[in-house]
Amino acid sequence: MQGKVWKFGDNIDTDLIIPARYLNTSDPSELAEHCMEDADPNWVSKKEKGDFIVAGENFGCGSSREHAPIALKAAGVSAIIAKSFARIFYRNAINIGLPIMESEEAANEIKEGDKIEVDLAKGEIKNVSSKMIYYAQPFPPFMQKLIKAGGLINYIKKSKRR
Amino acid sequence: MVKTTGSERSQTISEKILSSHSGKAAKAGDIVVADLDYLIGQDDTSGIAIDSFKKLGAKKVFDPSKIAIIVDHSSPSPNEGVSAIHKKIREFHKETGIKLYDIGCGICHQITPEQGHVVPGDLVIGADSHTCTYGAINVFSTGIGSTDLAAGWASGKLWFKVPETMRVNYNGDLPKGVFSKDLILKLIGDITADGATYLALEIYGQAISDMSVDARFTISNMAIECGAKAGLMEADKKVLDWVKAHSKKKPNPISADQDAKYAKIVNIDISKLEPQIAKPHTVDNVVPISKLGDVPVQQGLIGTCTNGRLEDFRIAAKILKGKKVKDGVRLILAPASKQILLDMIKEGIYQSLLEAGAVAVTPGCGPCVGTHNGVPSDGENVISTANRNFKGRMGNTKAFIYLGSPATVAASMIEGKIADPRKYL
Repeated sequence: MQGKVWKFGDNIDTDLIIPARYLNTSDPSELAEHCMEDADPNWVSKKEKGDFIVAGENFGCGSSREHAPIALKAAGVSAIIAKSFARIFYRNAINIGLPIMESEEAANEIKEGDKIEVDLAKGEIKNVSSKMIYYAQPFPPFMQKLIKAGGLINYIKKSKRR
Repeated sequence: MVKTTGSERSQTISEKILSSHSGKAAKAGDIVVADLDYLIGQDDTSGIAIDSFKKLGAKKVFDPSKIAIIVDHSSPSPNEGVSAIHKKIREFHKETGIKLYDIGCGICHQITPEQGHVVPGDLVIGADSHTCTYGAINVFSTGIGSTDLAAGWASGKLWFKVPETMRVNYNGDLPKGVFSKDLILKLIGDITADGATYLALEIYGQAISDMSVDARFTISNMAIECGAKAGLMEADKKVLDWVKAHSKKKPNPISADQDAKYAKIVNIDISKLEPQIAKPHTVDNVVPISKLGDVPVQQGLIGTCTNGRLEDFRIAAKILKGKKVKDGVRLILAPASKQILLDMIKEGIYQSLLEAGAVAVTPGCGPCVGTHNGVPSDGENVISTANRNFKGRMGNTKAFIYLGSPATVAASMIEGKIADPRKYL
């Protein structure tokens, strides 16, 4: 997957990703309309399908609301690359099938507007603009299975069928 | 040295609870599938959990007596979208037989221990990040998302990565006018908002032993604000007495082994600690009150799952009784449960606070989480006993939220600016 980068800072919390006042729906496309609204009110109209978010430390801290990764996924974000993720967001993203990658170097060096190409299976992040290549922290094997299945619900359904 | 059953090594509280619930000697870093003792959801997160549960094709929950949904985040419903989610929750309760605490019962993190659903040694998940609150009564409880909750409803189990543990020692006695809220704000300020990410906390100290169970909940509640997965304390006599008064379940108190391995040990001397304030817009932006400077406030909030317990309102009433909330300032009370509200009425606290100029909203989360019941205006400063001061948290990105203890909020109401409570106590 290839796309343009939007940069955000440290401690992007779930209230910035999707404020509680919009949790009156669980429709992903409605949530997507307000995604990142309190961090950057214009982001929703600027971003394009397939874009990436590159952020600092502790991305997704705060609430356990799964609406946060759902909104990002429905907004068309290909993957989030951050220095680190908050624990519940990390788990929720994997459970609903939103790709996330941890790489401090990539988060430091990739700039807003850069074009990047990501190979999730290899954990490879290629900056097409600067020609740099980064590798994300690999996921533990159990989580790789969850990711491969497309999230927890699909994983359980598949394991049941076996 | 005390060894736990089924284990070959010295273990932390988290390792012991996750071992006993997974049937294997678990050590930090292991991934285990563990049996759950109790599962909670609230009205922000349960709608998606119900959808996921249905997508799974599940017909029944594993055990309706171990599951509750608490309608607290928008209670009563402020709009038709939320009403539809509430309706979905009520129907799910009828279909599955799970416990429902509907509008006005209170906040999930007060209801769950207060109604006796969790006891020491339990393993609990909740689709709310502050589920770590029950660590104060020796429960390994942690926040998860809606999909994990749905999987737990169906199977009674969930996978966990066994966390490493950070040991926090509060050394010294708590000074007058300084409370459990100040202790946890101090820790978060010191180690920062992601200082304990992926770790469990074990929290010790004479001050912890000396304080009430109500006060301890405040500390464990905010473990998530430094990224921790759990905020565990030991079950001493106070905890066991409290649990006995609230629950018929048999407690199984768990202590760490003396030579348990800690990822980090943090020592905090509290003997000269001042009241602490978290400034906008992150919880780790903490200063002692003497370094804050002049901050006028237009609104105060006493309540929430952090500081909405009887003891919190007693402290506030002690400061505000016979005094007045300053003109131009609004004080909102959000008790953590109906039981607390009833106790406040019985003790005359409710009357003292209303006479001082406070208004009370339905026991629930509304003002803290910004769904309704007290959204501040542009440019306003709020002093709150809640656990979060994120930008937009109370429903307006142009407002500024400061966090402090109930005593600090009460004192600030008298002066119309953030005030040191020590002179009122």
